[in-house]
Amino acid sequence: MTQLAEKPTVKDLDKGQLIDLLRQMMLIRRFEEKAAEMYARQRIAGFLHLYIGEEAVAAGAIAAINHDDYIISHYREHGHALARGVDPGRVMAELFGRETGVSGGRGGSMHLFDVERFFMGGYAIVAGHLPIACGLALANQRLGNGRIVLCIFGDGAVNEGEFHEALNLAAVWKLPVLFLCENNFYGMGTDIRRVSSVIEVYKRARAYAIPAEQVNGMNVLEMYEATQRAARRVRSGQGPVFLEAITFRFRGHSMADPESYRRKEEVQEWRELDPIVTFRQKLEQDGVIDEATFQALQAEVEEVVNEATRFAEESPKPPPEALYRHVYEEES
Amino acid sequence: MPEITFREALRQTLREELLADERVILMGEDIGAYGGSYAVTKGFLEDFGPDRIRDTPISESVIVGCGIGAAMGGLRPMVELMTINFSLLAFDQIVNNAAKLCYMSGGQIHVPLVIRMASGAGSQLSSQHSHSLEGWYAHIPGLKVAVPYTPYDARGLLKTAFRDPNPVIFIEHTALYSRKGEVPEGDYSIPFGQAEVCREGKDVTLIGYSGSVYQANGAADLLAEQGHQAEVLNLRTLRPLDVEAIVASVRKTHRAVVVEDDWKFGGFAGEIAAIIMEQAFDELDGPVARVCGADVPMPYAKELEQAALPSERQIADAALALM
Repeated sequence: MTQLAEKPTVKDLDKGQLIDLLRQMMLIRRFEEKAAEMYARQRIAGFLHLYIGEEAVAAGAIAAINHDDYIISHYREHGHALARGVDPGRVMAELFGRETGVSGGRGGSMHLFDVERFFMGGYAIVAGHLPIACGLALANQRLGNGRIVLCIFGDGAVNEGEFHEALNLAAVWKLPVLFLCENNFYGMGTDIRRVSSVIEVYKRARAYAIPAEQVNGMNVLEMYEATQRAARRVRSGQGPVFLEAITFRFRGHSMADPESYRRKEEVQEWRELDPIVTFRQKLEQDGVIDEATFQALQAEVEEVVNEATRFAEESPKPPPEALYRHVYEEES
Repeated sequence: MPEITFREALRQTLREELLADERVILMGEDIGAYGGSYAVTKGFLEDFGPDRIRDTPISESVIVGCGIGAAMGGLRPMVELMTINFSLLAFDQIVNNAAKLCYMSGGQIHVPLVIRMASGAGSQLSSQHSHSLEGWYAHIPGLKVAVPYTPYDARGLLKTAFRDPNPVIFIEHTALYSRKGEVPEGDYSIPFGQAEVCREGKDVTLIGYSGSVYQANGAADLLAEQGHQAEVLNLRTLRPLDVEAIVASVRKTHRAVVVEDDWKFGGFAGEIAAIIMEQAFDELDGPVARVCGADVPMPYAKELEQAALPSERQIADAALALM
């Protein structure tokens, strides 16, 4: 079997859940805009990879799995962390390099960890976390805890050897991993069409006999549906499933990116598919929300992001004498 | 005390760990049906089953990465990379993930993972199968590196490796597997960071680890024939390193020769020499000598291979030059 079942409709989402999806995407968008602003004001340094444009992937996929399913991700992971419910203040504090950050200021933007929320980190070596996803899934399988692993990576990862090693192992050991590729067409500045022999990423998973399909990653409901179905199958013990979410980042690869490799028109075309704008329109058309509800949501996320930024700003910096702390776990 | 081989010491210890803790699983290439490339895990598949003794594809990166994830997820895995040569394919996982996850997660993640691999030259396996890269791993903060010499070390250090909440690189020199030594039957372990003085002497300190301690001991015999008493230090772990033991011995002998199979240039022997210089400079009667592998890819021909490895005579001569 290489094809998933027919797409069901979103029947288990009530009004509150639909609004939550919109709120989640709006929170991520506003958080990222604020992070860009704070980077320009030199509150944030290093690499900063923004998730703007791809919000529907994180919001839809993460809402469709259980709160104690592991998530392991790449270095453009602020959105995944926020969608998992990681405290925005502690994420912002991490970007600021503060002691109160989720990783104590040791990780930064690319290495957000919140083990209490089963958020097992952002990883900055392309495809380097896919093998770890297999291990987390193996632990789940052996402990019989019913948890799955949502492993998120970009299209840039699919030409790395670790991608192929991980897919093969997950398939042959029937590991409970849901592989989610965020295909935004550019590995940093290189168009996937220039460097990949097969550009339909999901087909590569099928080479390992993993059920795989493409999903519209600009549509939060489609992401939710596809992930829910995939997660159900993964949880049933039949092995991994692979989803390729077609999406686009509206901003550069990182803050240092002049974007010379893609046309302005191409970015504009994708901006017209903005996942927040289109979902808002749908909810208004369906009578789920009205203008006032949207305004209230906007005020709400504005407040959360401002509060997060204030928290980060006021948080203490890690003391130099704590430099060597956590190099090793103390003997238990 | 019964005498058993280095291989048997490892096998006994792994078996005990498997019996004691259900969370312990073993993964690696040919560790199950084949019984292990060096026969360390022979019979384990029959005794513990395929869920715990897992034959993997030839995919070193995912073997180690899967071990890391399994450790993060609550298991107590041991992965075997067959040889240190193949560990280069897993270098990313070891260096970027295993060694750094505790730190970059602010202490939230720990990786209780034992990574075993065979090392060393001497069997005419040529350039790609004869590496001694222990020093590379010792270079990385976040890792621990155990380099047993005797069967007693093998058992005691492996016990400790399984108790450590951090990733441990456990390196076994291929020339040692069939060597015998006394190993007590009861439970014991050897703490990391404690070198062993395996031969006392007052004239020169010969410092080695893993297989090179054998040559150091041989050199000490040669020196004894000429009336010099060499002290031989078996480091047992490179990280943590027993700096105190090294310095204490140099204070006693005032001369040091570091022996290592690995290449001299940029190698771990240079680190030991630098530590002695920093911490015991005034005690030295001469420069710290290094006897290391020749700076060449390992050749196949027996005569050339022998010429590329440190010999007892070279070590003894290096020591005599300091007298």
